[in-house]
Amino acid sequence: MAVRRQGPSPLLALPALIFFGVFAIIPLFVALYLSFTKWSGLGSPTWVGFDNWGTLFSTPDTFRSFGLTLLLMGLSWVFQTPISILLGVFLSGHQRYREIFAVIYFVPLLLSSAAIGIAFRNLLDPNFGLFASPGLEWLNLGWLGNPDLAFYAIVFIISWQFIPFHTLLYQGGARQVPQSLYEAAALDGAGRMAQFFSITLPQLRYTIVTSTTLMLIGALTYFDIIFILTQGGPGDATRILPVDMYLTGFVGNQMGLASTIAIVLVLFGMLVSLTISKLSGFTRMESQLDGE
Amino acid sequence: MSRPSWRATAATALAIGVALGTIGCSSDSTGASGSGVSVWTTSGTESVLMTSQEQHNAEEGSVPLDVQVYENDPYKTKLRTAISAGQGPTVFSGWGGGGLAAYVEAGEVESLQAAFDAAPELRDRIFPSVLAGGTIDGEIYGTPYNGVQPVVIYYNENVFADNGVKVPETWDETMDAVAAFKAEGITPFSIGGAGRWPYLMWIAYLTDRIGGPEVFDAVVAGEEGAWEDPAIVTAASMIQDLVEAGGFGDGFSSVDPNQGAPEALVYTGRAAMQLQGAWGYSSAYLSGDPEFVEDGLGWTTFPSVEGGLGDPSNVTGNLSAFFSVSSKADAETKKAATDWLVNGVFDDDYIDGLIGIGAVPPVSGIEDKIAAAPAADWNTFVYKTAQNAGNFQLSWDQAISPEEAEVLLTNLEKLFLLEITPDEFASNMNAAA
Repeated sequence: MAVRRQGPSPLLALPALIFFGVFAIIPLFVALYLSFTKWSGLGSPTWVGFDNWGTLFSTPDTFRSFGLTLLLMGLSWVFQTPISILLGVFLSGHQRYREIFAVIYFVPLLLSSAAIGIAFRNLLDPNFGLFASPGLEWLNLGWLGNPDLAFYAIVFIISWQFIPFHTLLYQGGARQVPQSLYEAAALDGAGRMAQFFSITLPQLRYTIVTSTTLMLIGALTYFDIIFILTQGGPGDATRILPVDMYLTGFVGNQMGLASTIAIVLVLFGMLVSLTISKLSGFTRMESQLDGE
Repeated sequence: MSRPSWRATAATALAIGVALGTIGCSSDSTGASGSGVSVWTTSGTESVLMTSQEQHNAEEGSVPLDVQVYENDPYKTKLRTAISAGQGPTVFSGWGGGGLAAYVEAGEVESLQAAFDAAPELRDRIFPSVLAGGTIDGEIYGTPYNGVQPVVIYYNENVFADNGVKVPETWDETMDAVAAFKAEGITPFSIGGAGRWPYLMWIAYLTDRIGGPEVFDAVVAGEEGAWEDPAIVTAASMIQDLVEAGGFGDGFSSVDPNQGAPEALVYTGRAAMQLQGAWGYSSAYLSGDPEFVEDGLGWTTFPSVEGGLGDPSNVTGNLSAFFSVSSKADAETKKAATDWLVNGVFDDDYIDGLIGIGAVPPVSGIEDKIAAAPAADWNTFVYKTAQNAGNFQLSWDQAISPEEAEVLLTNLEKLFLLEITPDEFASNMNAAA
């Protein structure tokens, strides 16, 4: 007699699979096809073989966009991670007024990217914005219009938007750390700093991996907020690959070339996420908790 | 037994699949082969179009019109997608020039030449410079239907009077005025650089004043090395001179043009002048500060350039929006659509309607109507400027292909930010052309 299969029927996954197939897999293959064609969005695509790929890898602009994308990934990780860990660990405690701080910190999480973009646009307006007020003029550097500063302004705004989310992850992670570890450390005479570096941080290891993956992959898809703030400008100072893809496809009407950029983004995103999970041992999912 | 049968699961999955499929197919039915004439337009003129639609549909035996109004920015993508999927409207709105040419090349647009030849009184009444925007390879494919919008200089009369500066008529006087206002801490020209397109008006005007319309015509015609014409390089270096002289003030590249900030600088007296399309009058000045419009707002044409070949009466800007007829509609619908475009658009009621909402129709012989309407001074100025223009240059980004326009905007922004030299600007554009 056959072994009776455990758990729910795999057919239950079907609706999700159909949804995923229709809205993710099929468009992906269509984009792959379009990357070998020249198409303005009107009429039928013409097959051009590897022309788009040749164009893409022979223009310096592509490498500049790719470099900016990497820089955005790196900088937003460096900026967001320490702040998110500190806030998350702080909020996982039981201090007085903690809830009030928590509510304040989480506000950006409730706002849509479009709202954040428009709000910062107005805040940073050189004539009518925040820094145009008396006493703050020294900060009025035309943040979004200066090619040397716009990129860093974008990193700050993106971080402002996403730190609350990662704080939430770290708060959850820190709450999972068994209290017994801290008690034992306290008996051994470890201070707060020592406890943070020897217990909290190592215990948050997998949370860091999750958060890092989300941040790095997220950086590959930032589009809305940059589009609203600078449209990739000034010049091409903030034209990261996703913005480049949109402008090429929907403003320049070069759907084939834009699809090529899309495929590059997909491949690179897969590479990044596989590398992180390999390097971190995330796939093995070991636990250091009691009794497991 | 708690496990659901696979049949039930499959049925559910099937139902979801069918639902998804239905969503995919249930796009709106205003297809080209529908029973009426579907008209897609962008917002701005809808009240006039709706009146025209009511009148048209009230006539006995007429094929009904169905006017749909869309927001400006998403419209371009929506129209492109719909037409490419064979779901486009019978009549669609566009901006003429290179955008219209792309649709004509793809065989999506019906020629209106025959209809216009049959109605010479309309054909000859529309300003030739405006009708040229809807003419591709000598044949009319688009007919204008709303107000003409030349780019002009707005200025704050009080700021000029208080500082004893004369309104500049030549480029030298412009640079003198820039120096005078700079010394007083007033921004000479306000510009919404964050939107990139305001930069276009400067390069377009200067190129025309220096080298005449032929220079940019060569670019549109795709002639080899057209961007490296000395007139364009000179115009680019004059722009950089103006930037270096503080002509646009600090931080101009961060100013958002879409929420009235550049105009606010003028009516609050923090900037003296603005180069802007005629749309700025009602959309920003009148709505921002109606009192200022009464007694402080002045306007004039773009200054001449000493020794330049271009006629100082030449203007650049938005000609009008254009209606075109889809080639995919059936013959009867096409005929009804063309009849409406020739007889309904720009009939007396339609023209009165346009003037009533502050738009200036590009048709001759309506001076008296404009003079009798509100804001007569302003509208007469716009009307005369457009009518007397030796050449009316369609905005550069509309005149060339979308691919080239995107490169142009990026390079123009770098030019204004002094990141590239005028020669680099010209050679970058040549490489993209």
